[in-house]
Amino acid sequence: MSPPAAESYLTDGRTVWSWLTTHDHKRIGVMFLGLTLFFFFVGGLFALALRIELLTPGRTIMGHLAYNRMFTLHGVTMVWLFMIPAIPSAFGNFLVPLMIGARDVAFPRLNLASVYLYVLGASIALWGMFEGGADTGWTFYTPYSTTTGTAVLPVLVGVFIIGFSTILTGLNFIATVHTLRAPGLTWMKLPLFVWAIYGTSIIQVLATPVLGMVLLLVALERVVGAGIFDPARGGDPLLFQHLFWFYSHPAVYIMVLPSMGVISEAVCAFSRKNAFSYRMIVYSTLGIAFVGFFTWGHHMFASGQSTFGSGAFGAMSMLVAIFTAIKIFSWLGTLYRGSIAIESPLIYTLGFMFFLFFGGMIGVAYATTSLNLHWHDTYSVVAHFHFIMVGATVMAFLAALHYWFPKMSGRCFPAKLANGAAVLIIFGFIATFVPQFLLGNLGMPRRYADYPPHFQSLHVASTAGASLLAFGFLAIAGYLAWSLRHGAVAGANPWGSDGFEWRSASPPPTHNFSTPPEYPTGPHEYASEEVQHAA
Amino acid sequence: MPPEAVTEHWGSEGARRQAAYLGMWVFIATEVLLFAGLFTAYGVYRSVYPEVFRAAQLTMDVGLGTLNTFLLVTSSIVVALAVHAVREDRPGLGGALLLAAALLGVVFLGVKGVEYAHHVREGGLPGDAYRFTEVPRVGASLFFTLYYLLTGFHALHVTVGVSVLTVLGVRSASGTFGSAYATPVELGGMYWHLVDVIWLFVYPILYLS
Ligand code: HEM
Ligand SMILES: [Cu+2]
Repeated sequence: MSPPAAESYLTDGRTVWSWLTTHDHKRIGVMFLGLTLFFFFVGGLFALALRIELLTPGRTIMGHLAYNRMFTLHGVTMVWLFMIPAIPSAFGNFLVPLMIGARDVAFPRLNLASVYLYVLGASIALWGMFEGGADTGWTFYTPYSTTTGTAVLPVLVGVFIIGFSTILTGLNFIATVHTLRAPGLTWMKLPLFVWAIYGTSIIQVLATPVLGMVLLLVALERVVGAGIFDPARGGDPLLFQHLFWFYSHPAVYIMVLPSMGVISEAVCAFSRKNAFSYRMIVYSTLGIAFVGFFTWGHHMFASGQSTFGSGAFGAMSMLVAIFTAIKIFSWLGTLYRGSIAIESPLIYTLGFMFFLFFGGMIGVAYATTSLNLHWHDTYSVVAHFHFIMVGATVMAFLAALHYWFPKMSGRCFPAKLANGAAVLIIFGFIATFVPQFLLGNLGMPRRYADYPPHFQSLHVASTAGASLLAFGFLAIAGYLAWSLRHGAVAGANPWGSDGFEWRSASPPPTHNFSTPPEYPTGPHEYASEEVQHAA
Repeated sequence: MPPEAVTEHWGSEGARRQAAYLGMWVFIATEVLLFAGLFTAYGVYRSVYPEVFRAAQLTMDVGLGTLNTFLLVTSSIVVALAVHAVREDRPGLGGALLLAAALLGVVFLGVKGVEYAHHVREGGLPGDAYRFTEVPRVGASLFFTLYYLLTGFHALHVTVGVSVLTVLGVRSASGTFGSAYATPVELGGMYWHLVDVIWLFVYPILYLS
C-alpha cells in the first residue's frame, strides 16, 4: 500500500517542492533552522556595522539617522527573527516529537503554516528595512514611534505576523505534548528539553496576542491618528510601556527557557548522569513561566510609576532570579563528579552558565530601584541583556547546533576545531560586553552614535571583542558546511547519550519510529553505565 | 481532520479528538488575550475620562446594540442545538441549524453596518477624524477609537465565524458528519460561542452606562 520507506527524512523526496509542502516536523525544523541562521547572519552584520561606527568618536562610517536605523534593525532582527523562533521553532520542532515517541506534531499543517507566516512577516519587515527602516529601537516606544517619519509601519506589521507564527508553534507543542506522548511516557518522564519547550509555549500563546494588539494600536495611531498612546491627543504613552513589557518581559523567557532546556540535556549527556533534582528543574521552569508575567514594571522604574509599584515589581523580579538559581545549582549538581566529556556542546554549556549567572546577578542589582536609576538606559543595560539574551540564547543555540548536528544530518564535525571555536566565542563575548558594563557605569548612554573621547578605549575593546566573535561564527559556518558532505558518518548515537531522541536512527526516518518506543526508565538515566558510582 | 492523518500518529481517534479540543481551547485563550489588550485600554481611559466616556455611551444606539445581543445569543443557542443534532446522527437537521445560525450572524453584521453608517453621518469617527459635536473631543475621540477597534475586531470574528458555520452547515447537510465524526462541528460551535461571549463583554461596556 505505502511506497517503500525512505532511508531518512532527508532522502524522502529530494525536490524543493517536497520540502515546501512537507508536513514532516523534522523538515519544518530544518527549514526554521536555515531561516533563523540566515537572520542571525543579517543581524550580525548590522551589529558589526554598529561596533565599527563606535570605534572612534564622531562620525566613523555612518551618520546619526543611519545609526539609529541600524540599531533598530539589529534589535528587531535578533529578537524577533532569530532569538524567539530559533530554539523552539527549529530544534523544538525537530526534537519534541522524537523525544516523546510521536510520529509528528499534533497539527502538521498548522506547523507548515507557521513557516510561511514567519517568511511572510520577515519579508514584510525586511522590505520595510530597505524602504528606509525604522529608527525607534526594537521596543517601538511611543510617542516617538507614532510620530517619526521613518518606515515603522512595515516593521510593525511584519512583527505582528511573526507573532502569529509563534502562537501556532506554541499551540502545536502544547497539544502535542498533552496528547501524543507514546504509551508509558508519563509527565515526570518527559525529557527536560520537552518541559522547557512546553513552558515556553505557554508563555508564547498567552503573551504574544497582547503584543499583537499593541503593535496594531501603534500602527493604527500612525494611520488614522487614533491617539491611544499620544499625550497630545489625550492618550497615555505609559500605557504602551505597560502593555509592551507585559509581553516583552515574558518574551525574554521565551528566549531563555528553551536555552535552559538545551543546557539540561547537554549537561546530562556530557556528564553521563541523571539530572540532579529533575523535579526542581521542572517546577522552576513552570515557576519562571508564571512569575515572568508579574515583573514587567522593572522596565519602568524611571517612568514615574509609584514607589510601591516599583518595589513590588522589583521583588517579583528577584523571585525569578531564585528560580534561575535553582536551575544553575541543579546543573552544577549534575556535573559534580560526573564522568565529564569535554566536547563543544559542553564548552558552550559552561559559557552559558557563566553568562546566565553573571548577567542574572546584574539583573538582581537592576531590580533594586536605587541602582536602577543610576544604570537605567546606559550601556550597562545593553551589557546586561546581551549577557543574558546573547550569552544564554546564543550559547545554548550553539550547544544545540553542535549536540544535535549528527542527529539532524547524520554526520560528525571535526571536534578539535569545534572546541577551539567555542573557546574563541566565549572569550569574544566577554571581551565585547564586559567593557560595556564599565562604559555604562561611567555614564555612556545607550543608543548614541557619538561619545566623548575619554570613552574610546573601552569602545575599542568592545569592537575588538565583536571581531573575535565574528571570526568564531565564520569558523563554525565553515566547518559545519564542510561536515554536511565530508563529515564522518555519525551512526545512531555518536555521543552515547541516553536522551530519548537518540533512540531513532540518525538522521531519523520519515515517521520517526516503526513501532512505539518503550519507556521503562526516565530520561537521562545512565543506570547501566560505569558512572553509577558518581550518582 | 480527514482519516489519512489517523495513520500518522500512534494516537487513536480519541487522542486526536483530545488534541483538537485542546488546540481549540488554547486558541480561544489567545483570542481572549488579544481582546484583553483592548479591554485594558478601555478600562484605563474610562478611569481617566469618566464623564466624557459616559456622555459618549449615551449617544450609542442601545436599541440596535440590544438587538444584536439578542441575535448573537439566539444564534449561539441554535449552534448548540446543531451540535446536539449532529451528535444524535441527524446531520441534515444539524446542517440546517448551522446555516440558520450563520444567517443570524449575517443579520448581526447588517445591523452593525447600519450603526456604523449613523456614526459616520454624525462624525463619530476615530482619532483625528473625530467631528462629533455633542461630546467634547478630548477623550471622546479615544472612546470612538476603542469602540471601532472592539466592535470592528469582533465583527471580523463574526465574519470568520459565519464562513466557518456555512462550510460546516453545507458539509453536514451533505452527510459528512454524524455521531461517529462530529469534531469539526463541535470545534466550530466552540468558536461561535467564543464570538458570542466576547460580545457579551463588549456590549455592556460600550452601550450601557
Ligand atoms: C533570565 C533572563 C533575562 C533576560 C532574557 C533579560 C533581558 C533583559 C532585557 C532585554 C532588558 C533590556 C530591555 C530594554 O531594551 O530596555 C533587560 C533589562 C532589565 N532586566 Fe533583565 N533579563 C533577564 C533576567 C533578569 C533578572 C533575573 C532580573 C531581575 C532580578 C532582571 C532585571 C532587569 C531590569 C530591572 C532591567 C531594566 C534595566 C533598566 O532599563 O534600567 N533581568 N533585561
Ligand atoms: Cu524585564
